[in-house]
Amino acid sequence: MSENMTYREAVREGIRKAMQEDERVFMMGEDVGRYGGCFAVSMGLQEAFGPERIIDTPLSESAFTGAGIGAALNGMRPIVEIMTTNFSLLALDQIMNNAATLLHMSGGQFNVPLVIRMATGGGKQLAAQHSHSFEGWFAHIPGLKVLTPASVQDAYDMIALGLADPDPVLIFENSLLYNSKGELDTAATALPIGKALVHRSGKDLSILAYGINLFKALEAAETLAAEGIDAEVIDLRSLRPLDDKTIMASVKKTHRVMIVDEGWKSGSISAEIMARINEQAFFELDAPMRRVCTQEVPLPYAKHLEDAAIPQPEKIVATARELMEEL
Amino acid sequence: MSEFKMPSLGADMESAVLMEWRIKEGDTVTKGQVIAEVETSKGVIEIEVFEDGTVEKILVQEETECAVGTPLALIRSKSEEPEELPEKEFISSKIESSISQPKTDTPMQEPEQAAIKPTREEELPVQEESSSETRVKVSPAARKKAQEMGIDLSVLASRSEGAIQLKNLETSVAAKEKAPLLSGMRQAIAKAMSRSNTEIPHYYLSIPINMTPALTWLGELNAKRSIDKRILPAALLIRAVVRALEEVPELNGYWQNYNHLLSKSINPGIAIALRKGGLITPALLNTQEMSLDQTMQALDDLITRTRANKLRSSEMTQQTITITNLGDLGVERVYGVIYPPQVAIIGLGRITDSPWAENDALSVRKVMQATLAGDHRATDGRTGALFLDTLNQILQKPEELL
Amino acid sequence: MKMNLELAKTFYRQMLLIRRFEEKSVELYSNEKIRGFLHLYIGEEAVAVGVMHALNEEDAVLATYREHGQALARGVSAKSIMAEMYGKLEGCSRGRGGSMHLFDAATRFYGGSAIVAGSLPLAVGMALADKMMKRKRVTVCFFGDGAVAEGEFHESLNLAVLWQLPVLFVCENNRYAMGTALALTESETDISKKAAAYKMTSVQVDGMDVIEVAKAAEKAAADIRTGKGPAFIECLTYRFRAHSMFDAELYRDKAEVKEWKEKDPLTVLQNILEKKKIWADIDLGKLEKEVSAVIDEAVEFAENGTLEPVSDLEKFVYSEEAVQ
Repeated sequence: MSENMTYREAVREGIRKAMQEDERVFMMGEDVGRYGGCFAVSMGLQEAFGPERIIDTPLSESAFTGAGIGAALNGMRPIVEIMTTNFSLLALDQIMNNAATLLHMSGGQFNVPLVIRMATGGGKQLAAQHSHSFEGWFAHIPGLKVLTPASVQDAYDMIALGLADPDPVLIFENSLLYNSKGELDTAATALPIGKALVHRSGKDLSILAYGINLFKALEAAETLAAEGIDAEVIDLRSLRPLDDKTIMASVKKTHRVMIVDEGWKSGSISAEIMARINEQAFFELDAPMRRVCTQEVPLPYAKHLEDAAIPQPEKIVATARELMEEL
Repeated sequence: MSEFKMPSLGADMESAVLMEWRIKEGDTVTKGQVIAEVETSKGVIEIEVFEDGTVEKILVQEETECAVGTPLALIRSKSEEPEELPEKEFISSKIESSISQPKTDTPMQEPEQAAIKPTREEELPVQEESSSETRVKVSPAARKKAQEMGIDLSVLASRSEGAIQLKNLETSVAAKEKAPLLSGMRQAIAKAMSRSNTEIPHYYLSIPINMTPALTWLGELNAKRSIDKRILPAALLIRAVVRALEEVPELNGYWQNYNHLLSKSINPGIAIALRKGGLITPALLNTQEMSLDQTMQALDDLITRTRANKLRSSEMTQQTITITNLGDLGVERVYGVIYPPQVAIIGLGRITDSPWAENDALSVRKVMQATLAGDHRATDGRTGALFLDTLNQILQKPEELL
Repeated sequence: MKMNLELAKTFYRQMLLIRRFEEKSVELYSNEKIRGFLHLYIGEEAVAVGVMHALNEEDAVLATYREHGQALARGVSAKSIMAEMYGKLEGCSRGRGGSMHLFDAATRFYGGSAIVAGSLPLAVGMALADKMMKRKRVTVCFFGDGAVAEGEFHESLNLAVLWQLPVLFVCENNRYAMGTALALTESETDISKKAAAYKMTSVQVDGMDVIEVAKAAEKAAADIRTGKGPAFIECLTYRFRAHSMFDAELYRDKAEVKEWKEKDPLTVLQNILEKKKIWADIDLGKLEKEVSAVIDEAVEFAENGTLEPVSDLEKFVYSEEAVQ
């Protein structure tokens, strides 16, 4: 049975359900309790579950992320909310040097079943320090899993998927998606971690995207359709692991591919995907691969500058047209 | 007897200088006792002996640099009997890398992927079957080269397994014969010329044309113009041919199925040599509507686009006659081969200073041999002669070509 | 705490085992059997042994890269530690961690850390889980004076007190953070005061005296178990050796080292036991033999160990099955 709700509500319901079903699950982060969450995701949850399970932390990213790891080591199933990706830098040592390594380094003795949720992305004129998209960067690290829910369904499902996973899972929720609306079917079987989803089938070119860029790509696909260009649009859903199989099948089908990635292009997830396509589907390509990424600048405050810097449907359309013209 | 060696004190330590012995030969030492000092990149560090015993022999003098693992002294442990030392040379200062080799000889094996096993059936959107069974797998570099060489990739693909790369292009050609590369273009030309020679009964005519008036006139015209507006002799000649064809239209058309079809538009194929070798004859379309200036512009544009490989298909298929102007290569007379389904080909030789007899006098003029090869099924010598004569007349009055 | 012969023997034996193990490690490292980094615990044995005395089996231990003492005192076998340092599959971490990353689930030993102060947040989290699950366990976190400068030290202490978590923070103040003296890095060098500033119960003890350390640890652990919140013990101690093997000790005086060597924890205990007139019953010779045998066995075990197959390299990047 399907319900229409906002992405924010879907995340909240995902957390609520997890906490109802498993007493080991708790959430901690800045302002998740009394404030109701910086993006109102956890509104009402502290009232429902109490301050011992929805915990307000001091501004100590390193300590509370490390505490999440410790609690996970010791039998709990914590959800750590780092307010935004921008603040995750303060917890990098715990994430990279503990969460990602403990299982391997201990010879398989200690796994870390931790979920870390972060809001990500720019586009709100919050300037350079508050507009980062590091999901691709985190996807570089073995030992971590990186999820990027775009749809309302995934916003709900990925909470459960992350908690069920025995290893650290980072969930990146694009902050501009919280208000977006979509269908949620709580009874549907969740698509597993590591599977991409074809949102729009097409034959002329493949557009690979994740997070909010999925919707920009779908919008671009409509424009392109009117011009007679039939784009296939794929939601990557999971940046680590990537769904090579679905990606290569699409490349094999359309022979032209472009990637939309809100990170900076240098050493990005789009670069990684291009490398894999080169390795696995080189002979399927009829044209060089293309990508639309954020311009290599710290994101500026002024709207026109920020809009020019981050991926937009117009840029996706323009790049797709060029991709079709390539000799 | 055991060796007291230069110890490894760090993963990146390769050697150190033995600075000072704290003991001498014959001294008793105890386990843990510092018996020497070494100078490392990080400063002077004391080093200790790991057993009780007596210093039998010092092997390395002070202020000597030694690699990690170098024996520095011989220690006779407490329990040993004294013995005769064999005469041996001990290497004192060899600087070698001290990185130890891995002890195992097991070959590298493929690492297994820890696969994520889905526990439930997932319904995935069905994707269309791809058509890559019929798809030619070619590397971008090979694809580009094949295009340049005019190689038909589908033919090549049917003969090779796997993907086509650069080396496959070379071997495929070498496999054919020892002869130099027969490009696709060459093949096409070979085909056409064979057909022409087989099917078309050619007749050949020629006429010497005094080009002095035309060239003089052209020189004066160009002198008054900026460089970008100057007319090349080739454009003048083409314009003249076009005008002549307007008088003698029978040569401008096609022979198809025993029908001689005249063309309303005059689209002379202009023979243009390509940089990489080979000849191509794209058409100037609708030259009957062009002035001399327009002819020049069209010619310039055609040559540019030909060299840039940007011709339109109409230019490659709608020639109504061919002009081959090989004059700049030094040939005086060109006996052309007609490109079917055209019915004529005009050759314009090199303009040379030649003796010219006129009015009982001998002088020197700039002379060009114009030739015509005609399809005798479509026209006869009379038509051809008329054309050449007309061409000659026209070129004596160049000002009318504007 | 009753200081009887049994306990005395245990204390001395454990400290002796650590001492001889570390000495052996020096030799093995010099002969390139042990590679990477080696941080020796020589001189600090009283701290590990004293603290471990206060712990139960269900308690958890987090340590630093200078962790052989803690591991041995906790009950991680000398064999598995030695094999680990040899990089062998039979090591406690399958040879993947080396000297700095000893892990042992059976003794709830959650590793050394190569990042100074990196394990304090982990300890906070583990204690949080215990509190949430209403388990009466203590999580002990060992760290040095260097950790005090890191932000994570402050964040962790604050959280532990704020949430009243059952953590025992043990600071091994050996006066030097690698090559920098405490006085050069901290405006307030009395570390126990810093913990007190966070309203944590905090004491400072003579880290060279195993009995003093044990007494303080016992009291702290008992308080923690009754829900009195976290506790802090600053142990004033000294490492007789360099920070690691590759250290010329340019930053401290030889005279200072000599002075502290006179307070060798083995000597200190011996003096106490002699005063109590039970030293003779210790039978040092026998203990040395026993310890020597353990270490020889450990070395042989390590020497004969096998290497993890390279094909297993990617094993345990992720868990192979869902863990319930």
